[in-house]
This record gives sequence, structure tokens and C-alpha cells, in this order.
Amino acid sequence: MLEIRNLHARIVDDGTEIIRGLNLTVKAGEVAAIMGPNGSGKSTLSYILAGREDYEVTEGDILYNGQSILEMDPAERATSGIFLAFQYPMEIPGVATMEFLKVAMNEQRKARGEEPLKIPEFLKRVKDAAASLNMDMAMLKRPLNVGFSGGEKKRAEILQMKLLEPKLCVLDETDSGLDIDALKIVSDGVNALRSQERAIVVITHYQRLLEHIVPDSVHVLYKGQVIKSGDKSLALDLEANGYAGVIGEAA
Amino acid sequence: MNMHSTPQRTQAETALIDAFGERLSLLPGDGAVTLKRDDAIEAIKHGLPTRRIESWHYTDLRRLLTSVPAFDPTAAAKALPPIVEGSAILAVLNGVSSAKFSAIEGVSVQRLSEKLTDGSIAPGMDPYGNDDAIGALNTAFVADGYFVDIADGTALEKPIELQNLQAGGQVHVRFPVRVGAGAKAAVVERQAGEGAALGSSVSQLVLGEGAEVTWLIVQEQPETATHLAQFKAHLGKNSKLTLFFMNAGGKLVRQEIVVRTTGEGADFKLRGINLLAGDTHTDVTMVLDHAVPHTTSTEVIRNVVTGKARGVFQGRINVHQYAQKTNAKMACNTLLLSDDGEFSTKPELEIFADDVICGHGATVTEIDHNHLFYLMARGIDEKSARGLLVKAFVAEVIEELDDETIVEALETRLDDWFVAHG
Repeated sequence: MLEIRNLHARIVDDGTEIIRGLNLTVKAGEVAAIMGPNGSGKSTLSYILAGREDYEVTEGDILYNGQSILEMDPAERATSGIFLAFQYPMEIPGVATMEFLKVAMNEQRKARGEEPLKIPEFLKRVKDAAASLNMDMAMLKRPLNVGFSGGEKKRAEILQMKLLEPKLCVLDETDSGLDIDALKIVSDGVNALRSQERAIVVITHYQRLLEHIVPDSVHVLYKGQVIKSGDKSLALDLEANGYAGVIGEAA
Repeated sequence: MNMHSTPQRTQAETALIDAFGERLSLLPGDGAVTLKRDDAIEAIKHGLPTRRIESWHYTDLRRLLTSVPAFDPTAAAKALPPIVEGSAILAVLNGVSSAKFSAIEGVSVQRLSEKLTDGSIAPGMDPYGNDDAIGALNTAFVADGYFVDIADGTALEKPIELQNLQAGGQVHVRFPVRVGAGAKAAVVERQAGEGAALGSSVSQLVLGEGAEVTWLIVQEQPETATHLAQFKAHLGKNSKLTLFFMNAGGKLVRQEIVVRTTGEGADFKLRGINLLAGDTHTDVTMVLDHAVPHTTSTEVIRNVVTGKARGVFQGRINVHQYAQKTNAKMACNTLLLSDDGEFSTKPELEIFADDVICGHGATVTEIDHNHLFYLMARGIDEKSARGLLVKAFVAEVIEELDDETIVEALETRLDDWFVAHG
């Protein structure tokens, strides 16, 4: 589903190269965890997948279902089924959360040639998704993410993911800022989306999240490259021994 | 060289003075009113204000007013459905009020032409200062409008909508409104039309003790019209006034807001939106006098500027020496969407009391790219995402108004503007 080939990317503003020859393949139905120390390029990778303009791909390619996405803008990527759950979701004053959800869902439907959702159907979907994440509907009447706690923001991201039903989900440090109970709820939300048609990329710093969302593959990112791949035991190994050993091996 | 010589009159100045000579015999008014008109035209003979007059620094009326259309009594303006359904409409069409307005319980309404004819309005016709060009222009030419008196204790369920709808030519109207003690009302002041008009409109509001008024100015003139407007209010003891304005049209617009707290406990809220597009000039100038102790005010102005539009907000708050415990806060935020647009903000605080809280802030920003990315990352295309963000920026001001039907009605006007200028 996702194939990243020899990807090189830098920050547009100052030319700093962050991703330096990254290769990664994630198949439909797979949950891939990307781990790595601070500054290894994890969040940058997630932004590049979503199409953020602050980064420029200088070499290599990103194929999604066999097609390059490099020329697509963030909205086109999203409507084609790519979803990024942000590490730090933006607070957007003045945009009501419900209105935003309705516009986003209907824009995606429009791009796929589907009719807009009728209001009762829309409300039902939102209510069901919110209930499954233990979210209060009153929260959704507020402006998007404004005044939400860290945990509420993360839940709101997963809520959006459930409603938009993407094919490729990228979760950037979704566990940060969550207490144990919230982590459980969010993980259950993600697990409910696991399916043979969908790939999930979980970016995390800690093994903790992977106890709840058990990955099929684990990849260690360091200095903008995948330096080691393995199964879920690799995550346990990193938890026990830190990144130093893996980094040493690769060097 | 004589520094005091009056420069040669502009075409517009000459046209105004000539028009006065031709119109005077047709204008309603007794001797007292005619005297006020004569004084007013004298002020205009001294010349329209230029950028050298401080309060007109950003709007050089003498230079910007390039043409003065002739009066056209045959032109017909169409009444509009009210912004809030069920409102009582008092329409002035092409400068003429109607004798056939429906009665509103607790409210007495009189055509202003009658009040001019009998001279009872004359004492309120003085311009408020040397630089009051709009007051002078209006006093010289005002022919009609409505006088509205809301009786003490009346609580109006539906808004009153004052419509000033021009059809080209010149239109000069006035709306004196008295709101009695303890009365509650919402008033919509609708300024629109479809011609290359020159218009002046003066609203004069007096709030009795404990009165509560929401006044909404909705200005949607065509991009051919010059619209010179004034809103003046006196706030009595414990009265509350929320003044909302939306400028969404006009070629040359100046909206003056002159408010004075005259009774302790009075509260003034100003909430305004300037939606500026095309090659236009829009100036909102406020002078607020906190004239007695224990009065409060907040002013929030949001501006969206596209095309070659130029906008101005001047906000002056005077806190008089005895006006202790005044609490006043003013903010003016601008979203600049084009390289050719501009917005000038001039906040002024004149404080003569020593125990007050006063503050102001102004920002000019572009669309936040992080916000744009977030919305697009959810599949919302760039144009729609920008639209959502711009609308959100101004809608925040509208949403502060308590009344849901009013909020919805204004958001509809907002949507219309975005559709036309998206």
C-alpha cells in the first residue's frame, strides 16, 4: 500500500536535510511501528506523507497504491485515503468542530463522487464515534481543538480518523499526553480500524503504545533512515536496551 | 503668501453648494431648521476635510469625493425583506419615508419630514464639531427618515429594521431613536441600494436608565456608492448598548461612531466587521467618551482585506477626569489577503482620570499556514479551507451576540459576501 523509496527530504526554509535515503514498505492490513530517538525524523516523515509544504523531497519517491503522491497537495492526499493523526493538533478558533467534521466528510465524499451526507446520518455517525471514544458531544460544539486538553485533542484526532475512514493511517506520537485510561480508549479506537484493506503506521517514542496496538512490523528510524526492521520483539528489545545498541550495530 | 487662503473649490464642493441652492426651497423645515441648514452649508463652503484635519487623516474626503450625483426624485428603490424574519420595517426608499408603516406596540413612529416641517427636530441638528463634515452635510440636506420613540418598559420581541435604500442620486436621511427607561429592543440599520449614490445617514440614539439595546448596522452598498454615516448615542444610567456593524460594500465609506456614557453603570460594546474588497475605501472612526464614573466598554473590530481595498479604524477613547473606575478595552485585528490591500489602525486613549483600566491592541496577520495545512490534511481543498478560516476569523465577533436568530441572519449576510468575493 505504501512504498517509500530512497527518500531524501529537507526543510524548505533552511535546507537542512532531515530524511536521508529512507526505505519503507507497508502492506495493506499491516500495522507498522516506527520508532526512533528524538530528532531522527519521525514527525518529519509523517508531515511529508501528509504533504506539508515546509518540506521538500529532493530524491526518491513515495508510492501509495503504486502511484507517486509527491505532486498531490494535502487535500488530494487526504481524499485519496491518507490520514495523519497529528502529534500536536492545531487549535482553530472560530471553526466549530461539528461544522469542520461535516465539511471534511462531505468534501471527501464529493471528491469520491458520493452524495453529501444527510444531517441525521451525519449526526448519528458522529454520536456513535464519539461514544466509542468516550467523548462528550458538548466538546464538539466548541471551536476545533480550542481549549481541549492534550488527551481530548488526541481523542478528537482518532474521532476524525474513524469518521473519515482512511486507507492509510499515520499516527504521530498519538500516545503522548495520554493517561493510561485514555491510552486504552484511543488504542481500542485504533484497533477497531484494523482491517485487511487498511494500513496503519504508528510513530512512537515508547513501547507503551505498542502493548495496546500490537504491530506487525517495527522499524527503527535514525538520522533519516530506517536502520533496522523486525517484528514486535524489536520494540521490546529497544525498551529493554535503548537505541544505543541498534545504532551501534548500524554504524 | 497667504497661508489661510481657501484653495480653489473642487468639483464636488461646487456641486454640493450648487445643489443646496437648488434644493433648499424643496427641503422640509421651519425657520429654525433652515437656519441650521444655512450654518451647515457654510461649513461645507469652507471646504471638505483633507488629510491635514487629524480626524480625517486617513480619509482625505476632499480628494476622494470625486463626483456628486444629482438628486433624482424619479428613481425608485425597492424595499428588501428584513434580515431577521418578522422584523417591523421602517423603510426610506430613495430618501423618502412612507406614511404606511405598521404600528408597533409600545413604539411611536413619526416621519422625519414632519418633524423637520414643524421644527421639533431642530435642536438635535447641530454638527458636533468643526471637523464634523458628515453632520454638516446631513444637516444641510436631510429630507426624511424616521423618529422612533420606544416607551419606558417596552420589551420588543422582534427587531425594528430601519432601511435606507438608495436608487442612485443623493440621499440624506436621519433616524433619531429614543429608548425609554427599562426598555429592551433590537434595531437593524440597513444601508443598501443599487446606484452610484452619494448618501449621508445619521442615527441618533438616546438610551434611558436601564435600557438595553442591540443595534446592528448592516452596510451593503454597491461598489459605486459613497456612503457617509454617523451613529451617535448617549448612554443613560445602567443602560447597555451593543453596537454591531458590518461593512460589506460601498466605494467610499465612512462610518463614524460617537458614543457618550452619561449615566453611571452604563456599558457599551462595539463589535464590528469590515469586509473589504475591490478598489474601495472604508473608514470606521469611533469617539467614545467615558464621561461619568463606573462605566465600561469593549471594542472588537475584525477586518478582512482583499483586492486593492483600503481600510481604516480610528478608535478614540476619552476618559474624563471624573470618570473614575472606567474599564475600557479595544482590539482591532486584520486579516490581509492580498498584497495590494491595506488597513490602517489608530487607537487613541485620552485619560484624565487616575483610577481606570484601559487597553488596546491591534494586529495584522495573514492566513495561518498551519491552520490551512490542518484543514487540507482532512481533505478540504485549499479554496474551501481558506474560506473556512477567513469566515471563522470574523464569525467569532458575530457569535458573541447573544440572540441566535440575529447570529444566523448575520452569518447569512457573511456567506453572501464570501460567495460574491470568494
